[in-house]
Amino acid sequence: MSEILKLHYDVDGDNFMAAGAASSDVKRVLRQLGIDANAIRKAAVAMYEGEINMVIHAGGGVADITVADDFIEIVLADKGPGIPDVEKAMQEGWSTAPDNIRALGFGAGMGLPNMKKYSDDMTIDTEVGVGTTITMRINI
Amino acid sequence: MKGIGDLNMKISTIKELLNANVLCGEDLLDTQVYSACGSDMMSDVLAFVKDQAVLLTGLVNPQVVRTAEMMDIRCIVFVRGKVPDAMIVSLAKDNDIVVLTTAERMFPACGKLYENGLGGTKPLN
Repeated sequence: MSEILKLHYDVDGDNFMAAGAASSDVKRVLRQLGIDANAIRKAAVAMYEGEINMVIHAGGGVADITVADDFIEIVLADKGPGIPDVEKAMQEGWSTAPDNIRALGFGAGMGLPNMKKYSDDMTIDTEVGVGTTITMRINI
Repeated sequence: MKGIGDLNMKISTIKELLNANVLCGEDLLDTQVYSACGSDMMSDVLAFVKDQAVLLTGLVNPQVVRTAEMMDIRCIVFVRGKVPDAMIVSLAKDNDIVVLTTAERMFPACGKLYENGLGGTKPLN
């Protein structure tokens, strides 16, 4: 496998309205690379849900994307509160998002399940009080 | 013969059926859409793959456009007379997404499109 490029973004945790800008940029770059449209959509949605999660729950974080010949890897790392019960967090409909976030169209408990659905592989490394790192891989 | 849910539909037809105003993408009204979904929860929209879809929603914020962008949705219809601000419209314009507004409520708006042959969305995989 050979690496094509790496991208890095700081995700601002204070501005919900601007959330998604990093995912939008990644989608644009993937298009420019001529990557398969279905793989682009999977990567874009998975990253977007993760980006929204970092803004809602963790006060922002960083996103590192690696594009290789045959996969896209997205690593989202935050220094938020961590996920106390990952199994529960992975259940569709389970959410700890506050009402003000629900009023904005998120917090339906679909973020992590959607990220897993759209990834070919996803790992969650989390520690309460320390932070969460989610690694998602989408095959091309 | 094609039945309900099998047809595609031009965005211009959606505009007519819903008596909608066009806020951006006037030059894209000939675009065909093949499916539709109606929701105010963006994560629910993100849960289902759509092919050349239209999104009907009563939610008005920039994340509606971001959601549409990630899902390759071609047209957003804001129902119940909701009007997005210039920043939201501009974001849609940058992404070649048509923005319509209609006074129709969600249920009749979806019903009119479905009745005229536009299908729903398929579950992922």
